[in-house]
Amino acid sequence: MSLKLGVPSKGRLMEKTFDWFAERGVRLALAGGEREYAGRVDGIEGIELVLLSAGEIPRELAAGRIHLGVTGTDLIREKLGQWEQRVEALAELGFGHADLIIAVPQCWVDVDTMDDLDAAAAAFRAEHGFRLRIATKYHRLVREYLRDCGVADYQLVDSQGATEGTVKNETAEAVADITSTGDTLRANHLKILSDGLILRSSATLYRARNAEMTAEARAALATLQARLEL
Amino acid sequence: MSEGLAKRAEAARVRAMFEAAGALPVEAAVLQPAELLLDLYGEDIRARAYVTSDALRGEQMLRPDFTVPVVQMHMQHGAEPARYTYSGEVFRRQEDDASRANEYLQVGYEIFERTAPHEADAEVFALISSVLRGLPVRAATGDIGILMAAVDGLNTTERRKAALRRHIWRPRRFRALIERFSGRVDVPASRVALLAAQDAFAEAGPAIGLRARREVEARIEALREDAAAGPLAPQDVELLEAILAVQETLPNAVEQLSDIAVDLPAIAEAVEGLAKRTRALAARGVDVAQLAFEASYGRASMEYYDGFVFGFYAEARADLPPVASGGRYDALTRQLGQGAEIPAVGGVVRPGLMLGLKEGSL
Repeated sequence: MSLKLGVPSKGRLMEKTFDWFAERGVRLALAGGEREYAGRVDGIEGIELVLLSAGEIPRELAAGRIHLGVTGTDLIREKLGQWEQRVEALAELGFGHADLIIAVPQCWVDVDTMDDLDAAAAAFRAEHGFRLRIATKYHRLVREYLRDCGVADYQLVDSQGATEGTVKNETAEAVADITSTGDTLRANHLKILSDGLILRSSATLYRARNAEMTAEARAALATLQARLEL
Repeated sequence: MSEGLAKRAEAARVRAMFEAAGALPVEAAVLQPAELLLDLYGEDIRARAYVTSDALRGEQMLRPDFTVPVVQMHMQHGAEPARYTYSGEVFRRQEDDASRANEYLQVGYEIFERTAPHEADAEVFALISSVLRGLPVRAATGDIGILMAAVDGLNTTERRKAALRRHIWRPRRFRALIERFSGRVDVPASRVALLAAQDAFAEAGPAIGLRARREVEARIEALREDAAAGPLAPQDVELLEAILAVQETLPNAVEQLSDIAVDLPAIAEAVEGLAKRTRALAARGVDVAQLAFEASYGRASMEYYDGFVFGFYAEARADLPPVASGGRYDALTRQLGQGAEIPAVGGVVRPGLMLGLKEGSL
């Protein structure tokens, strides 16, 4: 069995991943046309390229179905319990930078810290009869952060996209989302809490700790690591 | 006999002991409406309980304990006073420790009774002690009511007391609030700027979302009141810290807390309750001279308990969850009773852990 390398299957994340490997002398390429999700690795024997959604790469790494994978720190930490025991970060690839943050409406002039958010949540629940809603797709990370900060009387509502719009649409009171420049937040009249940074994320090459490896795969990994200077 | 059957037999044996003590056996559904449990425990419970859903009923939770359904059942059509017992699986999501069981048997005993709460407290503790007799366990006890009484007695604003009461079960946050209210940490710069601003809403941008401007204004008003209130008196903070530091055998704890009550009369009644409970425990044959008491026990893990709390732990295995635990939850009946309330106390044992201790397999 060859060494399986999982990379994001589309978009800028895929292109930049291909570039990063190319700069280090390893050419990743799509096998057929642009729409076919199969790839190959030129220059090193015994590596199989597996194209996957970035969101599925953590799961595949944890299950040992791929040996290496490129995905965001945020996705690894959100999707894998005890992630340190299941994967090892080999290299930060220097792109895909994004911060997972908590943001509230700009018009909440009384809320600047997590403490303020907690106090506002208590008053909101008393006033409206339900727990203050925070829209996110990072349920585990956000819940853990809010617990560590001692925030109560909130609920997480699932939002898989256009999260910044939920406040204006009144389906949430606050958001917890990924941002790189903050432009989208500002455009939607939201502000980041001063201690609301949950996680700094970037595209990272991970190795699965519990994946079975043949001698061939082991040799390919050693060659690849030497080539990538890892 | 298979391990599962042995645990079931052990559970049946314990339940029979609870029935012999006068409890009525009751059942509860495995699937509980998630919304109610989330409203009670907060979003954190998602990390500890399994949530599932269907398109018709929405989110359902695999019962994380029996207390809530038993309270609901009692509030709807229970006679008074009442004693109940139940036995069955509970489900706990484990995200950080794969060695901890995510499904295990619990057998419980609950008392709903208006008179003599210290007697009911002692009855539950003594009964569970007798169920565990001979096993290598040590007991820990506490009383969250004493800390609550101390907060009520602080010489400060009602808002500050409410904030402290709300975070009694989050010790770290409670401590941070004390630091803030006593002036030991600086007020955040953003708050200073907000209160000094000519127009607090100068940078507010358009009004969006459900939280209305008047709610923001009300909070600014509350912040102004807080800024004007002045810090907690250092001696009040010292008394609170002295209470939290009490960690003694039960008779010595009563003595220490009685001394503190001289300077903080607000806790006198709660301490008297502790003394009565101690006598009631002794009358039921509990060796109170050896029983440990910690004033801050049960704050981190037992969210709905608001009075007597206790746990039994395997002596040689500090890593294991408690073999038995319980406490008083008067406030929970108030929340679930929609206007009605009844003092309640109860406890659960884990027959699986009991069996493991008996056989020495743990």
